[in-house]
Amino acid sequence: MVKPATHLKEHVCWGGGGCGHTHHHRLEVRDLRVSYQDVLALEGISFATECGRSIALIGPNGAGKSTLLKALAGLLRADAGSILWRGQPLTRSSHEIAYLPQRGDVDWNFPITVRGLVEMGRYPNLGWWRQYLRHDAEIVERALTAMNLHELQDRQISALSGGQQQRAFIARALAQEAHVLLLDEPFTGLDKPAQDNLARLFKELAAEGRLLIASHHDLQTVAGNFDDVLFIKRSQVAFGEVAAAFTAGNISTAYGSTGKS
Amino acid sequence: MPADLPSLSEFLSEPIAKRALLACLMIGFANGFVSAFVVLRKSALKIGTLSHALLPGIALAVLMVGLTQWSALAGAIFAALIVGLGSIFLSRTSRLDQDTSMGILYTTAFAGGYLILTQLNVRQKLDEWLFGSIVGMADSDMWIAFGISVVAVLTLTALQRPLLIYLFEPNIAASLGVPVRFLNYATFAVTILVLISSLQAVGCILSVGLMVAPAATVYLLTNNARALFWGGGLIGAFGSVAAFFLSYPLGWSVSATIILVLGALFLLAYIISPRYGLFSRRGRV
Repeated sequence: MVKPATHLKEHVCWGGGGCGHTHHHRLEVRDLRVSYQDVLALEGISFATECGRSIALIGPNGAGKSTLLKALAGLLRADAGSILWRGQPLTRSSHEIAYLPQRGDVDWNFPITVRGLVEMGRYPNLGWWRQYLRHDAEIVERALTAMNLHELQDRQISALSGGQQQRAFIARALAQEAHVLLLDEPFTGLDKPAQDNLARLFKELAAEGRLLIASHHDLQTVAGNFDDVLFIKRSQVAFGEVAAAFTAGNISTAYGSTGKS
Repeated sequence: MPADLPSLSEFLSEPIAKRALLACLMIGFANGFVSAFVVLRKSALKIGTLSHALLPGIALAVLMVGLTQWSALAGAIFAALIVGLGSIFLSRTSRLDQDTSMGILYTTAFAGGYLILTQLNVRQKLDEWLFGSIVGMADSDMWIAFGISVVAVLTLTALQRPLLIYLFEPNIAASLGVPVRFLNYATFAVTILVLISSLQAVGCILSVGLMVAPAATVYLLTNNARALFWGGGLIGAFGSVAAFFLSYPLGWSVSATIILVLGALFLLAYIISPRYGLFSRRGRV
């Protein structure tokens, strides 16, 4: 009975006791409000979801998509409301939640290889000084293999295509043993084949029991790439499964000038 | 070689020459080591600003308590803090960005410091503050330089893992639990300390070179960020020591020669670097 076991293993999160096939860790956001100094960036965000889903975060420029992702990653403090992860209030960063910045925010000339980038994901376990052990190397190895980056592991990160760069960042999140991946515009700047490839990857990651939340601006590809959609425009417009919530009415509320001011 | 100059071996038997050589080695290494941080942080201009801002602090300290190593040191730290924190304050409370505020603060501070120093009866010292005085170092200077070097290398080595993640992408670092704010303060403190040692060696005008060129050279040759630290240290030390031996027979200023040698090493790396230099083709995707 070796085969079923291997098969099962592929579908379990790599974290010890991760968000595998039997668990459905919940992420709940309650009436979240975030400001930058005195400027209100986001308010009235409330939704609940769980591992195994992929959510498109949709809204016009300046709607607060990046702000929401950063708040979920613990990078910004909420003024009001709360974020509950596995039932506990999330007050700071957690290794179970990975943040993947926009590709434009990254210094691609930084002297680091793909492997070095993925190894960064081990930081929450290693801290400042703990020795990098074989266990860590194995996790990094698996992450590289899962993202099909094994051949490219010694490349400097600017010598990758856009799709490969995105995969390298996802591999870092896997090495971190993250359950939740927060991605800022992951499809932006990718050509069509790379977008399709990434969409397929999203489905696999969700099937493994991970939760993906990605800001997205291409309305054409929402239905194909995501399970759920969260519309925001400074405040929440709508949330739900793509089939139910991705409606012309919600799109025009989020993007139209008649939207909530 | 000027005819009345003692030979190099005679010169090296003098304590003052031995001290200068040791100082080149130590200060060159520490500055080169820290230059990795400066290059990865892309804060070369900020270093230039801070180094100029040290002058008025030293001048004021000299004016108030007289010239000693410790008063100069304290004045330098004070000035760097004023300008560093002042520029942050100015940019937060006005519409100016930090670069603009720094530009104003440091030129003003530098001008003030220059005038104070010219008014004092330490005229002959002015050149030393502007262009360094590595040959004239006293024992106490050596101890300060040694202490600074040890603190800088140990701190940056101890913090290397979180620091590299932070330098790569601060948001990723924070999401991984890297203590970003602590790193900011710690590295600022180390930078100031090392600046003071480079001020001694090459003066406030040239110190940027010593704190940027070594790692910038290694940057062209490697994709390993860790190598920038030790490689930068080695190049900083080698360049400074080579400059010491080069400058003596030629009768050149040691500080200017240090920066020239480091510049030449950088140029060499730029020409020969197989991947990131003059003859490489980038953009392989």
